Amino acid sequence: MGRYVVRRLLQMIPVFFGATILIFVMVNVMGDPIAGLCGERQCDPATAAQLRAEFGLDKPLWQQYTTYIGHIFTGDFGTAFNGQPVTELMSTAFPVTIRLTIVAIFFEIVIGITLGVITGLRRGRPVDTGVLLLTLVVISVPTFVTGLLAQLLLGIQWGWIKPSVSTDATFGELIVPGLVLASVSLAYVTRLTRTSIAENKRSDYVRTAIAKGLPRRRVTTRHLLRNSLIPVVTFIGTDIGALMGGAIVTERIFNIHGVGYQLYQGIVHQNTQTVVGFVTILVLIFVVANLLVDLLYAVLDPRIRYA
Amino acid sequence: MPEQPPYEEEEFHHGPEGPPPEDLAIAPTGFGGTMDLGSSEAETLERTPGGPEGTGPKEKPRSLWSDAWRDLRRNPVFIISALVILFLVVISIWPSLITDQSPLKCDLAKAQQGSQPGHPFGFDGQGCDVYTRTVYGTRISISVGVLATLGVALLGSFLGGLAGFYGGVGDSILSRITDIFFAIPVVLGGLVLLSVVTSNTIWPVVGFMVLLGWPQVSRIARGSVITTKENDYVHAARALGASNSRMLLRHIAPNAVAPVIVVATIALGTYISLEATLSYLGVGLKPPTVSWGIDISSASAYIRQAPHMLLWPAGALAITVLAFIMLGDAVRDALDPKLR
Repeated sequence: MGRYVVRRLLQMIPVFFGATILIFVMVNVMGDPIAGLCGERQCDPATAAQLRAEFGLDKPLWQQYTTYIGHIFTGDFGTAFNGQPVTELMSTAFPVTIRLTIVAIFFEIVIGITLGVITGLRRGRPVDTGVLLLTLVVISVPTFVTGLLAQLLLGIQWGWIKPSVSTDATFGELIVPGLVLASVSLAYVTRLTRTSIAENKRSDYVRTAIAKGLPRRRVTTRHLLRNSLIPVVTFIGTDIGALMGGAIVTERIFNIHGVGYQLYQGIVHQNTQTVVGFVTILVLIFVVANLLVDLLYAVLDPRIRYA
Repeated sequence: MPEQPPYEEEEFHHGPEGPPPEDLAIAPTGFGGTMDLGSSEAETLERTPGGPEGTGPKEKPRSLWSDAWRDLRRNPVFIISALVILFLVVISIWPSLITDQSPLKCDLAKAQQGSQPGHPFGFDGQGCDVYTRTVYGTRISISVGVLATLGVALLGSFLGGLAGFYGGVGDSILSRITDIFFAIPVVLGGLVLLSVVTSNTIWPVVGFMVLLGWPQVSRIARGSVITTKENDYVHAARALGASNSRMLLRHIAPNAVAPVIVVATIALGTYISLEATLSYLGVGLKPPTVSWGIDISSASAYIRQAPHMLLWPAGALAITVLAFIMLGDAVRDALDPKLR
């Protein structure tokens, strides 16, 4: 186990650097980092040159990257377009997005797994077909359409929720945005649980459990569910990163001032530091979440041993 | 005991004690959300038991493809989605078949008005006919989807196929590179890369999708080639002195292409959805291109006063994506040999 963890940690290194280099190059090659610094006007050449020298932008790109990464490891993420340190933006933005992600994951687990178990146990019945069809529809409708529709119906037509979220972004306000964010993954969790349950229902250990007279409920929760949820846990684990990265659309619709909002501002204002900093953290979260999921396997499934 | 490789090397060589197949299906699910859904969906569903009924009485040996076609013709899901797609393709080539107006002819005086005779879907914020714009939007969505899928499928299966066939250092490097691409959130990558593009064509969007989409197909193609190349007929061909290229093209490719086709079909739907999402965020296609994403984006500002401007293009978008995902679903059921 220890050797496996070390090996996985070593594998994370190239992924982390590769992804950050890619983003760094994208931002720098594609956009002009100082374009946003002179307000709406174009910078005059002398100011531009001076700014470039000041920020080290006249140096080759690899040198800029190493300097940047060096600063990151000391906790210095640079300053955003409005002069605030990027770390300060992060400390206000990440809690909001993390709350949103928690709400989304909660819905995935509760609704997704419940629907998956129900349909998996009743394969081929009307309820199964109905839910399957519903998941297809949910998968097909892009998140931003789901979000706009939820805002229109719940927020404006029926007035159940406020159409936009306040800056506090409490859990209560995030219920509907979280559901919207979770919608597509929720459909996948349902389908995945359903497949897994349906497959395991025919397995020998379930037949044994039924044969030895265990109550139906216990067979389902203790034997069937525990074995069927392994792939689901993997999906949800890897989904954490995807949700945080994908929150940009949901946050835009409901005006949530989280990671997506700050990133969007960073991109609009062409602020390299904000964009690269936030994306670096998101990539890190994704990579670590993947590692944790892989390690969780051993806990969930004792058949798997890490060499 | 076998160790559990996250998503590389012996992916397809799990012993009996290995993790159940689903976790492999999930492992490739990257950061990206939308874009990766195709692959995870394809693989997840791949394990769905049941499906089309078994083959009838044996007349003569049929190939995988004729068998699959036989199954497909009987599958109502396939027939419905194929008809919808056929309709969409036809109107994207000849939009004038069902509308005689121009999507760019607008009359501000009629802005935001509801449905009227001759204008069933009403008018949008600029006073353009929503029906006509929805019809013309099909062309852009379908072209972006088809072009991106073609690019992703060709590039991905080329690189993944070669890596799977030759193995070695090149394969390891490619696996690491796909890992890197999977760690980048797709919508985010799109915002960063496309926010500075000023071009009015669809090519930057297509190029971006190919750039971030190929690892998904390459992973599938690689795995498929690795499984296929261990087959007896490939060993036989090698023993008979077939060259590498002949083995790849004549023996491996035709037998390894099925998973790629399934993933590509489902991915087509997700690319259409991604294009709309990027256009909604303002970095995808730009006006005067007629795109559902742009129309939904501009309509979302007036969602209070005139929701019809948003609902029609959004409905068209959802139906299109649904049709492609259902088609991929049906094709997968038909091509999956495990169901026979």
